[in-house]
Amino acid sequence: MAPQKTRGTTRDAGTTRELDVDALLADRGIRILVCCGAGGVGKTTTAAAIALRAAESGRRAVVLTIDPARRLAQSLGLTELDNIPRPVVGFDPAAGGSLDAMMLDMKRTFDEVVEQHATPEKAEQILANPFYVAVSSSFAGTQEYMAMEKLGQLRQQSDADDRWDLIVVDTPPSRSALDFLDAPKRLGSFLDGRFIRLLMAPAKAGGKAYMKALTAGMSLTVGVMTKLLGGDLLRDAQTFVAALDTMFGGFRQRADQTYALLQNPETAFLVVAAPQRDALREAAFFVERLAVESMPLAGVVINRVQGVEGGLTRGRAEDAAAALADEPERATTAALLRLHADLATIADAHRGHIARFTTGHPGIPLIEVPAAATDIHDLDGLRAVGAALSGRPHSAAAGVGA
Amino acid sequence: MPSTSPSHGVRLHVVTGKGGTGKTTVAAALALALARQGRRVLLVEVEDRQGISQLFDISPLGHEEVQILADPSGGSLWGLSVEPKAALMEYLQKFYKLGRAGALLQKAGAVDFATTIAPGLRDVLLIGKVYEAVGRTQGRAKERVYDAVVLDAPPTGRVVRFLGVNDELAQLARMGPIRNQADSITALLQSRATVVHLVTLLEEMPVQECLDAMAELAAGGLHVGGIVVNEVRDPVLSDDDLDAIASGAAPELADRVAGDLESVGIKNPDKVSAILLREASDHVDRLDLQAEQDQRIQAQGRAVFYLPALSGGIEAGGIGVLADELTTQEMV
Repeated sequence: MAPQKTRGTTRDAGTTRELDVDALLADRGIRILVCCGAGGVGKTTTAAAIALRAAESGRRAVVLTIDPARRLAQSLGLTELDNIPRPVVGFDPAAGGSLDAMMLDMKRTFDEVVEQHATPEKAEQILANPFYVAVSSSFAGTQEYMAMEKLGQLRQQSDADDRWDLIVVDTPPSRSALDFLDAPKRLGSFLDGRFIRLLMAPAKAGGKAYMKALTAGMSLTVGVMTKLLGGDLLRDAQTFVAALDTMFGGFRQRADQTYALLQNPETAFLVVAAPQRDALREAAFFVERLAVESMPLAGVVINRVQGVEGGLTRGRAEDAAAALADEPERATTAALLRLHADLATIADAHRGHIARFTTGHPGIPLIEVPAAATDIHDLDGLRAVGAALSGRPHSAAAGVGA
Repeated sequence: MPSTSPSHGVRLHVVTGKGGTGKTTVAAALALALARQGRRVLLVEVEDRQGISQLFDISPLGHEEVQILADPSGGSLWGLSVEPKAALMEYLQKFYKLGRAGALLQKAGAVDFATTIAPGLRDVLLIGKVYEAVGRTQGRAKERVYDAVVLDAPPTGRVVRFLGVNDELAQLARMGPIRNQADSITALLQSRATVVHLVTLLEEMPVQECLDAMAELAAGGLHVGGIVVNEVRDPVLSDDDLDAIASGAAPELADRVAGDLESVGIKNPDKVSAILLREASDHVDRLDLQAEQDQRIQAQGRAVFYLPALSGGIEAGGIGVLADELTTQEMV
């Protein structure tokens, strides 16, 4: 595997380093933190907890969430999906920081891109096109692309008005964590591709004349498309593509810029995982991919890790429970020992999964966040997660619930 | 199976849930339970995650159906990972006998367009393949090839759009063969032959997503089957113990436990006793949360099935244990 770019700790192949989130947040050169990983591993909670910790350590932070759980959203004061960053009430501004939060509105963001890049007349035409309506609400990868677009916008705004010095981004719950990286390129290759020129040809040339201009192969392709999709759909698609023609340059440029932003040393990626095989496999894919793309990996966060206090092993606990089992008045102690043995079994399984990951990816800074007894739904809960992320838990309850 | 079970008369089982709830595991357990009743069952994944092959520890699945196992009952379990490009080519070949044009479409980038960028077309192709497998017949008697198909579907956040994609497409394609295909698929999905099972954990966010998805599925004309609560932990402590711990009778209890620990030779009994009681207190909190979430699920008035947490993981026969649970609880 290619060497990883790491930050916050020195690279030391063969051993696992602890990820120091506080050092990362203290580095003013870091302007963007991207939290990525498989669905259901606590990405949004991690992003929110990091943004809160950053703000309370003096950073002027904004967190872009994609699809937060209702109670988590409420804890950040997010009540509507309106694409506007709003101040979070209840954070501690003593260190001179600030905290804003927003939820991504995918459709609205896409509409704004169109409005920004096209003349008002053309924008209106595009926004009303049935093909556009479908693309902007269900385009495979629209959410990923729009998350990137919004990130680019926030970064631009932070340069313009200096409102933020740190943008924390949550990534969409994609089929694969890699979709987030692939969406802009996919759009780019589509815009550059032969197929789009093929779709545009009729609208450009008009009427039947274009058929003659095309090779027999091309016209056969169009014929097959028409047969498959029905003439209406193809016409809508053609009109859409033709209308977009004037703004392709803008689209393409923005996608390239945002991609370059992700390779910039001011960006750091946090790969979020849970101590399960599937989630860690996704994390491994992502870690490898970031290396290939020369994107800076800060480290891996593993949420909901079951730990056990003290040195009592599973075997010892089970033996002791068995020895006490025959005495009814000691049943409670036996039950407590069995509970401990269960937790130790889970902890062992988690250790095993994490060990397999670190063996395959040595030297990557990693931090484990302990499993919480209950769900996180307020700023105190997020604070506890932030403390655990920094390796300085201030309470046993710190952890990520879901 | 009992006529009251949510599987009665069902040919397509769609399994969904929030990411991380174990929907692939549950889909596999359901498929295995059906196979163990002597049925020929196809287990399908559509997101190319290779979850099925990992669970059963077999070679990665491709666009060819392969037999995963044969059951002594005469049933069998087959696996398939649908790949959109292969599905598109297969579709074109079947309906249009396209040899050269298929290659041309590929060259022009139309295949990439159709399978990655065109709104919903990728999903249409994926469901199209599932639809084909559900309806496939063989021999002169036109017997069904599969008694049941179990689909490991996208997670709850995307499943309604995934299943409703044919409706969406029908609005775009107002006529033509794709429109016809979309209409037949919608008819199957909205019929009683298809049910959507939801997998959840007894945690707030998965339950919330489960309830939201149920409302959305119903609004989309789809039938909800059972709710499968995964990774349920058995109460290790008796109700009396739980009450004692919850009521804060800790000091007296801590001494008693420490004494018991000492009697079986555990070192540092006071320290270990404190640790065990802290763990128990967390356990009580977790059980309270679970009970609260369980009530929300029960309030739906649906069939609910509970699968135990396998503390050693799902490898090595774990799927079989879960399959037997589903059979015992009459999900199949």
